[in-house]
Amino acid sequence: MLNDMNESGVLAPYREYNQPLFQYGVRHLLVNDTEVPYPDGKLIVSRTDTLGIITHCNQSFVAMSGYTQAELIGAPHSILRHPDMPSIAFKGLWDDVQAGNIWHGYVKNLRKDGAFYWVYATVIPNVRNGGVVGYTSVRRKPSRAKIQAAITLYQTLKTQENAHWEGPQS
Amino acid sequence: MSSEPIYQLTVSPDFTPSHISGWYIFNTWLQRCLNARVHCELYDDFESQRQAIVDDRVDLIYANPFDAAMLVREKNFTALAKAMGVTDECVIAVAETSHITCLEDLKPGTRLAKTDDPDINLIGMIMLESVDLSDDSVTPLLVDSYVLVAKALIQNNAEVGFFLKDAFNEFSGAVRKQLRPLVSSEISDIQHMLLASPRLMAHTEPLRQALADMPKHLQGNSVLEALNFTGWQLLEQEDTEFMIDMIDTLKAK
Ligand SMILES: Cc1cc2nc3c(=O)[nH]c(=O)nc-3n(C[C@H](O)[C@H](O)[C@H](O)COP(=O)(O)O)c2cc1C
Repeated sequence: MLNDMNESGVLAPYREYNQPLFQYGVRHLLVNDTEVPYPDGKLIVSRTDTLGIITHCNQSFVAMSGYTQAELIGAPHSILRHPDMPSIAFKGLWDDVQAGNIWHGYVKNLRKDGAFYWVYATVIPNVRNGGVVGYTSVRRKPSRAKIQAAITLYQTLKTQENAHWEGPQS
Repeated sequence: MSSEPIYQLTVSPDFTPSHISGWYIFNTWLQRCLNARVHCELYDDFESQRQAIVDDRVDLIYANPFDAAMLVREKNFTALAKAMGVTDECVIAVAETSHITCLEDLKPGTRLAKTDDPDINLIGMIMLESVDLSDDSVTPLLVDSYVLVAKALIQNNAEVGFFLKDAFNEFSGAVRKQLRPLVSSEISDIQHMLLASPRLMAHTEPLRQALADMPKHLQGNSVLEALNFTGWQLLEQEDTEFMIDMIDTLKAK
């Protein structure tokens, strides 16, 4: 289940956001700028149904997200959506996997406590008897150089998206 | 005139050498269990084993997860079981005397000793990716066994090496003392598995049952002991598909 975030259990200080989500409406987010480093040697794994609802996640996923397994199973994957991510990244993800292709990308994820972690994610469609029954994502530790490049790119994309959202000036 | 078929059992070439006899003992158990003739063929390397698979010579295989995708999706093998609590993890290590203390110390051109074990090499390279190293930026030294990976480090023919964790942990104290692990994977979702060819179709259900029951019988127990397994955990088709999906995400460039 997905809920708004509230200050209990969130690291201070935090910024507040109203993040529109496809399967939820507007989620109230509390964001703290502490990075939790990706653990060495681990893979963070999850699976969703065709609508992006989490159906499976491994122990590393639970530990890094800060949620319990029970909170994660059945929740939309956007439970991790960080407001610093540009929407176009996720549009690319969905366009690729719905077309039956693989998607790779660097993702900044939001934890339950408001802190964040970077991952390098790969998402693939799960094909059974010729049909897509869901998606699997496996994340690995990204290099600092790759994270730096993603930060720069996403800031630019985010600025463009915000300019667009604030309405046509013409 | 119909002659009785002879099936072939084979084992991923990365099994630890101390368990070779265990697989022959397993084969004897298998023949009794199936009431059929089974020949145990152990290939020296992955390439010759893959050729045997391509030629349809293999009927039962304790397979490296990397090969499982091909066996299931192209050769219609069925996954039967995996060894309980055994997972494929990779240790990245250096010589005890090395100045390298963490992955970040490794620079492009690093001399890397490894075997031809595909899943350990894949997991190892994923760990190196986090410090911007790739197949193109390391200098590989391919050797035949994990003992030779250790030797390459100790003799400074390589700066860093990939090991199957179980092989690393089985080194003698003398070898172990000359090595220092930098990082060890903790994936736990990637495992070897026992798979049966379509030729064995009629035998798969009784075989699954017999594998599950092995710890209940004296004889089964001694076979497990020889393999250093505590038991078999049966696999559903979906468990196997899931692991194959995971390997696919890791292989994708
Ligand atoms: C298998 C899979 C894994 C996903 N993993 C993440 C993730 O780790 N973080 C994230 O923000 N979105 C992830 N997404 C995308 C979300 O479903 C969602 O599109 C995104 O968070 C943006 O939310 P929105 O689509 O509601 O705008 C994943 C999607 C799939 C299919």
